[in-house]
Amino acid sequence: MTIATKAFGEIDVDERQILEFPEGLIGFQKFKRYALLDAPQKPYFYLQSTDLPELAFILVDPFLFRADYAVDVNDELSAALGLKSPEDALILCLVTVPPEGGAVTANLMGPLVIGKASRLGAQAPQADPRWKTKHDIMAELAAARA
Amino acid sequence: MLILTRKLNEKVVIGDGIVISVVELRGDQVKLGIEAPRSVKVFRQEVYEAIQEENRRAAGSAMELPGLQLPS
Repeated sequence: MTIATKAFGEIDVDERQILEFPEGLIGFQKFKRYALLDAPQKPYFYLQSTDLPELAFILVDPFLFRADYAVDVNDELSAALGLKSPEDALILCLVTVPPEGGAVTANLMGPLVIGKASRLGAQAPQADPRWKTKHDIMAELAAARA
Repeated sequence: MLILTRKLNEKVVIGDGIVISVVELRGDQVKLGIEAPRSVKVFRQEVYEAIQEENRRAAGSAMELPGLQLPS
């Protein structure tokens, strides 16, 4: 199928790239269908709304810079996303690239949990006070190597 | 807004199946117990609002991404 995207204009996507967020993202509840696309720079992804071309998020695998990250997924969410084991889930976090410049940050307080097989997703707020909305990706990567 | 006064261990029932109890009072903190059907999402307001605010900022991100050198 062809979709209009914020980053690439019109592109063809495979059905397998389409994800459904039945409850949307927090603050964006109206938008439930997205395509997961590779961004031009690894290891980032774009989460592109299939309904609104100008709505796209940048995603990153949080474990790349926080090996100690952990996401608490309750039974109800596991069932809703068709997760039987932790390996069935893809965990990605939203990235903020401030247009005015400044640190690129990832939101570890509200990760996206996606069922690899069901291709259903949800934003799952985390109660652990270690996880904030703004983790400086470069700084934490540097700290992990130090 | 409906305002109710409750004592320790007293409860408030909301609709069908939501019960809020006052579990502990200590100084300026109150600990609440919330029983609700699993379909009802319960968040601390500041967590929900922080994520909503950051989602809005994320949606307004520049699409150009900085390179990231990852350990192999």
